[in-house]
Amino acid sequence: MLTFTFRRLILSIPTLLFISLVIFGLLQLAPGDPMAQVPLTVPPEVKQKMREALGLGAPWYVQYYKWLIQFFWIEPKILIDYLTNSSMLLGWLPDTSFYNGELRVISWQTRSPVMDIVIQRMPQTLWVVGLSYIVGIVIAIPIGIYSAYRHYSVFDQAGTFITMVGFSIPPFFTGPLLIVIFSVYLGWLPSIYDTTHVVTDWASFKVQFYQMIMPVMVLALQTTAQISRYMRGAMLDNLNQDYVRTARAKGLREGVVVMVHVLRNSMIPVVTVIALGMPAIFGGAIITENVFKVNGIGQLLLTALFANDLPMVMTLTFIFAILIVLFNLIADVLYGLLDPRIRYD
Amino acid sequence: MTEQAVPASPIEADIEIFGALTDKEPQKPPRSQWKDVWDQFRKHKGAVFGGGFLMFITLGVILGPWLWDVDPKALDIRNKDWRPVYTLLWNADAKAGWIHPFGTDQLGRDILAQMIAGGRVSMAVGWLAMGLALLIGTAIGVLSGYFKRLDFLMMRFTDLVLSLPILPLTLLAVTLFRQPLNSRFGPEGGMFILIVGIIGLTSWMQTARIVRGDILALKEREFILAARSIGTTSGKIIRRHLLPNVISPIMVSATLGLATAIITESALSFLGVGFPSDFPTWGKLLADAVQRMQDFPERVLLPGIAISLTVLSVNYLGDGLRDALDPRIRGR
Repeated sequence: MLTFTFRRLILSIPTLLFISLVIFGLLQLAPGDPMAQVPLTVPPEVKQKMREALGLGAPWYVQYYKWLIQFFWIEPKILIDYLTNSSMLLGWLPDTSFYNGELRVISWQTRSPVMDIVIQRMPQTLWVVGLSYIVGIVIAIPIGIYSAYRHYSVFDQAGTFITMVGFSIPPFFTGPLLIVIFSVYLGWLPSIYDTTHVVTDWASFKVQFYQMIMPVMVLALQTTAQISRYMRGAMLDNLNQDYVRTARAKGLREGVVVMVHVLRNSMIPVVTVIALGMPAIFGGAIITENVFKVNGIGQLLLTALFANDLPMVMTLTFIFAILIVLFNLIADVLYGLLDPRIRYD
Repeated sequence: MTEQAVPASPIEADIEIFGALTDKEPQKPPRSQWKDVWDQFRKHKGAVFGGGFLMFITLGVILGPWLWDVDPKALDIRNKDWRPVYTLLWNADAKAGWIHPFGTDQLGRDILAQMIAGGRVSMAVGWLAMGLALLIGTAIGVLSGYFKRLDFLMMRFTDLVLSLPILPLTLLAVTLFRQPLNSRFGPEGGMFILIVGIIGLTSWMQTARIVRGDILALKEREFILAARSIGTTSGKIIRRHLLPNVISPIMVSATLGLATAIITESALSFLGVGFPSDFPTWGKLLADAVQRMQDFPERVLLPGIAISLTVLSVNYLGDGLRDALDPRIRGR
């Protein structure tokens, strides 16, 4: 298992390199000019110098190589420095100072390092996305179990219909719909997610809770629909197996049969689906963040795109790619760990 | 066959003696595979409704402009902000009437006409992008399943494309390549080509994987061996024997692809990187209405419901097709 994990980890390096090359190539082919916003009174030779200052004068392979160095060598050094100097988790380690003033990936919009902005925006996205995923799974698994157990019952029929609807309604419709109902007509929930809100006491926690309900539920609806379908299918496959009859025949209680024997076997494919769905939910967060004005990384990507901020776009898209590759790997490893029948070597 | 037709032949007489060999009931007409599929499909009520609704929407947006011949782009600023006709039910003073059944927008454009025009674009994007994805997916699937030499390279390539972040890349490509395509094909045509191309190029991978798996299994069957032994060329084997046998997984992934394509197009329009603003699509109508949804919720609801119902019906259709085309489920 460990060798398999290592092999997959090593194989993911060329994958990531290829993806970064694709993204970089797309950006190179793009006709957008970062100097488009500069006033026309600026003479062309000054513009040319500004371009060179942004690193645009060099041939593409030099630019790509520099980006790679900055992303994979300089940024990790800063991260390690931060971890050992000022973080709570690893602060006990001796202070390191690997980073000594090399050029980092600089955003063209703000002229500050891209990773600093990403780190600022990440918690909002992680909170909304992570929580919605957990909520979605917690709702989906009991629904899937029960509708498989009572196959063709009213609950099953209704559950299948509702998951189908949840599957089909896009988040950019459920979002505004919920805002119209709960913020405009009923006035129960705020329509905008205020990221500057700080939780200090019970009252402010309640505000935070209320403003998280809608974005989390919109994203959770998609997750719930998908995962409860898989859960139901997996349970149905297992409920008719011989070992279930054996378990019942030796006198186990129905609860133990379903919740221990069948559930554990059905969770194997579902866990991998959960891991594989994680990157997709980050992609869906781009739309949800736009609807509820959450200033997470999805919204950052959109604004960077419109502002022609190529280093920011490149880095963010690549972070999405890392997430996908990482969770694919996790899914594969989990599958092997959970199912002893699967041997990779 | 001819011997049986002759009444006095000795074989016929033998059959008469052994009564067990005679048929007791009249022969049924032979059933074709597609009749079986249709019978199973009809049992799935959701699928029948889904298929019916999809046909209704498709015909509606194709024939709609003749039935409701109001120009969707005609401005009529005096009659702006009409409410849909059903508001009269609870509010008799509302600005509404049968001249504009779904009301008008802030510039006085008829919303029903806009919905029909928008549906045309959304459905056209959906069908074309789905077709493109199927074409690429089937080609890659068949080639890598049939030719062993290509298999490794093509499947690694599919895996690589599968791990690309699709929505960010789509956003990226649409924003970056809008200008050159627009200048060549006009703002609407360029955007149409761009969106269809991008959705098609980023959603063929599942089809390719499924088709490859099926081809790998089919390739070892006897009928392919028989075809090869009489000297059938590879191209003929693929066209005559393999492709007809993988038509069912292709059809199922076609429905999925149609649903994804419609949603992706609407999402792009919603994020503001889709078609130009005076060119209605369902996603565009929805996005434009979000700013004033407190006053005019129907402008969000109508296109949203149109998208959702279409996607829902396509998903149900796919569900029913999967059941109907699976010989293990059929006849149960």
